[in-house]
Amino acid sequence: MTSTIPTPLALIAELTHRCPLHCVYCSNPLEMQSRGLELSTDDWSRVLREAAEAGVLQVDFTGGEPLARPDLVELVRSARAAGLYVNLITSGLPLDEARLAELVNAGLDHLQLSFQGAQDDAAAEIAGTRALEQKLKVVKWVQAHRIALTLNFVIHRQNLDRLEEMIALGEASGAGRMEFAHVQYYGWAFANRKLLLPTRDQVDRSIRLLQQTEARLRGKVRVEYVTPDYYAKYPKACMGGWGRKLMLITPSGDVLPCHAAQVIPGLRFENVKNRALQEIWNSSEAFQKFRGEAWMSEPCRSCDRRALDFGGCRCQAFLLGGDAAVTDPVCTLTPQRQIVEEIIAAANTARPEETAANPAWLYRPNPA
Amino acid sequence: MNPEMHARPRLAAGCRLSEPNRAPRMLQMPERALRLNGPSLEIVERCDGKHTVRQIISELQKIYSKAEPERVEKDILGYLVLLQEQRALDFALDDAVAQK
Repeated sequence: MTSTIPTPLALIAELTHRCPLHCVYCSNPLEMQSRGLELSTDDWSRVLREAAEAGVLQVDFTGGEPLARPDLVELVRSARAAGLYVNLITSGLPLDEARLAELVNAGLDHLQLSFQGAQDDAAAEIAGTRALEQKLKVVKWVQAHRIALTLNFVIHRQNLDRLEEMIALGEASGAGRMEFAHVQYYGWAFANRKLLLPTRDQVDRSIRLLQQTEARLRGKVRVEYVTPDYYAKYPKACMGGWGRKLMLITPSGDVLPCHAAQVIPGLRFENVKNRALQEIWNSSEAFQKFRGEAWMSEPCRSCDRRALDFGGCRCQAFLLGGDAAVTDPVCTLTPQRQIVEEIIAAANTARPEETAANPAWLYRPNPA
Repeated sequence: MNPEMHARPRLAAGCRLSEPNRAPRMLQMPERALRLNGPSLEIVERCDGKHTVRQIISELQKIYSKAEPERVEKDILGYLVLLQEQRALDFALDDAVAQK
């Protein structure tokens, strides 16, 4: 099979795993990298230039909490100098007005502020700390600048019944964009799945409400939402296809095809300290492993949808199906869908308020 | 709904053209990028808060003088609406006009 290597479009830069929040659905791996292993300012600046040369258009500075890096302003400046669109994904906790102004002056284009809910107590239970008041301050500070603002709400079993309040908060904020993302089950969210997985009623209601909201606010606020794939008929096109559009660099410089790829046994990742980013993207074992269609087995191999969803998510195939090379078990065309059906059935036997009575959350700690 | 002819569109906060030395030119915005070809680049470059919609149309009718002028106008208005729906544009009206 001949295959041309696609051009990467975005780089997800996980600058640190340190974070003032302890969210029970954090996408960071269960085993986090310590501060001492983090890449230097110079290493990141070089990597940002290499990324732009490889064709990347946008960098997403994330973490952990990217503001925990004292050199963030310098990294924003380097990214912008390299010609990248600069997006910051933050809890907003370690931010003040002066630092925001510095980030904007350095070239920040877009700030994405994460919300754990619209109600302080409930949000604090998810984040393991109080944060809502500070986030609302950040929203106000951002209005003084000409940058884009997105409010990111993560939605799940425990907060879906208060979705209207989150939409109202988003509308009142003046943000140009709101994102409602159903939790996806990797990392800490996989460990806390029983408490996070919504009922079918909750999912259906939320999608209806978000569709209406999107239509109502069109042209004023961009409303986007991620549907929960356990309840879908077909899998999501995870990361837009393996090694097709996106790459992620961990705090220590390992280059991954997605957030969760480290769960896949036997997959080796290369580090930006040892090899050029373009080479890692083009020819490293990890990126080649599930790129294209050669790795696919049935039902994907002969399926008409294989160019739409690329077989779904490799990490989910491993986490649920026990093998990273099988069809994503959320797909209703694979016999392994039964695994997902059983998980959903369990989520629908108890009502959300019953499972919430005695929550036993596994909170994400900070790296050593 | 079509924008007013005297409105002056400009790129919304967080939306900008990619650097001129990078090809192809893109309109970059939150979580999205639009590839710009000849006419769409000509339009977006004029969304600077100074050109009115009418001026953008007449300048492009000159550049694309072989095309039907009505067709050029229709295409431009359609493209501006599309950009507005994606929250990529703000339309500033002249004060005197806006108060009517």
